Amino acid sequence: MTDLSEAVAVQDTAKIGPPLWLLAELTYRCPLHCVYCYNPVDFAKTEDELTTEQWFKVLREARELGSVQCGFSGGEPMLRDDLEVIVAEAHRLGYYTNLLTSGVGLNEKRIGALKEAGLDHIQLSFQDSTREMNDFLSSTRTFDLKRRAADMIKAHGYPMVMNCTIHRHNIDHIEAILQLASDIDAEYVELANTQYYGWAQVNRDQLLPSREQLERAERITNEWRATHGNKMKLFFVVPDYYEKRPKKCMNGWGNIFLTITPDGKALPCHTARMLPGLEFPDVRTSSIREIWYESEGFNRYRGTGWMKEPCSSCPEKEKDYGGCRCQAYMIANDPAAADPVCDKSPLHNRITEVVDRAQIAGNAAQVKPLIYRGPKESLQLDRPF
Amino acid sequence: MAITTATVPKVGRNFRIQWEPAQDAYVLLYPEGMVKLNQSAGEILKRCDGAADVAAIVADLETTFNAQGLEADVLAFIELAEQQKWVDLT
Repeated sequence: MTDLSEAVAVQDTAKIGPPLWLLAELTYRCPLHCVYCYNPVDFAKTEDELTTEQWFKVLREARELGSVQCGFSGGEPMLRDDLEVIVAEAHRLGYYTNLLTSGVGLNEKRIGALKEAGLDHIQLSFQDSTREMNDFLSSTRTFDLKRRAADMIKAHGYPMVMNCTIHRHNIDHIEAILQLASDIDAEYVELANTQYYGWAQVNRDQLLPSREQLERAERITNEWRATHGNKMKLFFVVPDYYEKRPKKCMNGWGNIFLTITPDGKALPCHTARMLPGLEFPDVRTSSIREIWYESEGFNRYRGTGWMKEPCSSCPEKEKDYGGCRCQAYMIANDPAAADPVCDKSPLHNRITEVVDRAQIAGNAAQVKPLIYRGPKESLQLDRPF
Repeated sequence: MAITTATVPKVGRNFRIQWEPAQDAYVLLYPEGMVKLNQSAGEILKRCDGAADVAAIVADLETTFNAQGLEADVLAFIELAEQQKWVDLT
């Protein structure tokens, strides 16, 4: 019996690919207060960040399974005093190491130490192209500091991705944002339209751009590509609310992505901890192998077997795996439903209603004050999204 | 630039090539991304060390794999790799 079950387990394991992408969210603490942060709204309730040694264990076990891209994110990962030793361990194990930072906390000493530790790349976020808007949207005075961080990143020879989350309040500045990326000599620029999770879901009506805004921004991005060559690579991520088919979220549940939260939960995506009825494993008590191949949390929405109609008979089910489970839960109140972004979903109108509102400038929902991400607001709201 | 047998290719500044046992393949790593290389791409790219010219790479491959006439394939691949910025040429 034991022999047989082991043989079956090995066979199943062989079909599931390795967690190629490991995202290490080192902390939820952050000096910024971005209104579209994807972190859980109730992040302030979590405690007990993983220790250095526990992160070493995660890195070692994931690498043994085949993880090779490693992102250090948060919150603001620079707030971890042990970032340099964690990066050094990741580098020693053979990961390609990416730091995703606001730039706050980068200084000559630390950026040099990170280089020595083997850090391969830095993604620097800006909130907008000007000091006024950057500082308004993050509720901090960080624009000048980010400019200095960009100079340091380049001076130390790192490839740099400039990331700017796009929404109703900055989408009309796309040309200036591209110019900023070019001025700071970024190799890549990600113009990532806000995805509506966490704090962005709280502020959704205030953040969703109009169709006209979106089309203009896309046109300007394409013109920039045509006139500026490929020195800087541009990524323009469209907001899925304007699509008729859902995104292939995380490239499929439990397919290549593994996120570890600051308090040690292993998730198939950054936001999955909101889903009800699923116990996600803790890296303190489970190995990454058990988590990836055997845990209920990772197996529940793998492949297509869990699907309901209209997904289960859909010819495109292998193409997008029914979209995003978190969006299905937030909008259809059922994590196994079709992502309502899909126009085959019976609840697609819940998306189009939001989109329709976004076409009317200055409506009541849009002029509500933005709620900034912060520990006080987190405890007050006390909900996952 | 025109690619000849005297061209010296080197894996691009912002790329790293390494063997991944879990994928049974060479992969090319770059900021937030990865390309899984097929066997011939992997064998060519790992020889792009900034010292060997294309002629030397071809000779090495022909010896290693006991094959002949690989020059055209290698030249075509280096051209593609340069467009992708996977290699810098000198």
